[in-house]
Amino acid sequence: MKALFLRDLSLSFRAGGGFGLGLAFFLLVAVLVPLGVGADVAVLARIAPGVLWVGALLSCLLTLDRMFALDREDGTLDLLATSPLPMEGVVAVKAMAHWVATGLALTLVSPVLGVLLNLAPAGQGWLVLSLLLGTPALSVIGAFGAALTVGLKRGGLLLGLLVLPMYVPTLIFGAEVVRRGAAGLEVATPLAMLAGITAGAVALLPFAAAAAIRANLR
Amino acid sequence: MVARVQNLSCARGGIAVLSGVTFAVSPGQAIMLRGPNGVGKTTLLRCIAGLQPALAGRVDLPEAGVVYAAHADGVKAVLSVAENLAFWAAVQGARGIGAAIAAMDLGPLADRPAQNLSAGQRRRLGLARLLLGAPGALWLMDEPTVSLDAASVGLVERAVAAHLAAGGMALIATHLDLAVPGVAVLDLQAFRARAGTGVGAGTADAFAGPVE
Repeated sequence: MKALFLRDLSLSFRAGGGFGLGLAFFLLVAVLVPLGVGADVAVLARIAPGVLWVGALLSCLLTLDRMFALDREDGTLDLLATSPLPMEGVVAVKAMAHWVATGLALTLVSPVLGVLLNLAPAGQGWLVLSLLLGTPALSVIGAFGAALTVGLKRGGLLLGLLVLPMYVPTLIFGAEVVRRGAAGLEVATPLAMLAGITAGAVALLPFAAAAAIRANLR
Repeated sequence: MVARVQNLSCARGGIAVLSGVTFAVSPGQAIMLRGPNGVGKTTLLRCIAGLQPALAGRVDLPEAGVVYAAHADGVKAVLSVAENLAFWAAVQGARGIGAAIAAMDLGPLADRPAQNLSAGQRRRLGLARLLLGAPGALWLMDEPTVSLDAASVGLVERAVAAHLAAGGMALIATHLDLAVPGVAVLDLQAFRARAGTGVGAGTADAFAGPVE
């Protein structure tokens, strides 16, 4: 399991691994929005939570299709399925590696982008916390979507259509935490919902994803 | 422990290709699966490996498990030969990769990225993974000699012979005769599923016995 985690991480950091891709995309979204919306500081501050969360969602989506498709192409997935490792564990570990390479990385750079979008200082901490709590759900839900589309050629587009609607609850509560935090309101309710969605997704979806992969390998 | 396949029927793409496949492999024994293209050699191996469900019948596998060497080698191009093997060693619970590297003569290539390997070298790397399995495991080899030169085929033969001598088993789908002592041949044509019925005319005569 540990070997699989380390291998997936090192693959994502090496050439063509897609680690920089998600980060650069997140950065671009945050830079492009002020250019498009205009430099009205008040408007930017108001939309910052939503823009940052949508940006995190999309850049997470960018590297999802590689999670199983590459392993499927070179036969690794077949060999992992016949190895002593349980498929549920394989899915969970791969989702975790995906989270470290995307979700965690996005979380760490988000304060910089928060400043760029003029997010209120009070919201900065909540932005980091909400991303930290919410992005694991993005990776696990994404793993489920990637498992469903793993047998398909050019499954990337379908994956987006499949996964983005499932991201809605995380997006709503994640952005709500930042919005309330920035306005100095009470954040406990959306924060608890966000954590609950993540906990539920992490607990249940590896089983669903493993079943989908087994069906797709036939 | 013996690996036993009883009355197995398997399908490819929803159409039954084999039915009534029955045989057993005991420790130290290897069986070569024969038959023309499309007869169902790969399908049978995938079925035994548990990658696809059988239509009927049962498969009993040894406790040491199976190691499957498919057409695709599961080699990551950006990792080096040693990194690829170390990963599979960890997955399959092997101690080290030294023996596997030596057996497939990969020593001079160990630090090279797998993307720079030739097709034959890549195949050898894929087959080296077999040596990382448990000693008594059942090796499922799908056309192991594809793109290998005569010297490399010799390496594979020696590796299989050593595995058998250590109490292992092997099931080899191949068009080329492998010179391994104690190999039996199983012709899958005898188990062809009849079109439409999904029932074949398998007979015990399909066992031709040891080659040598």
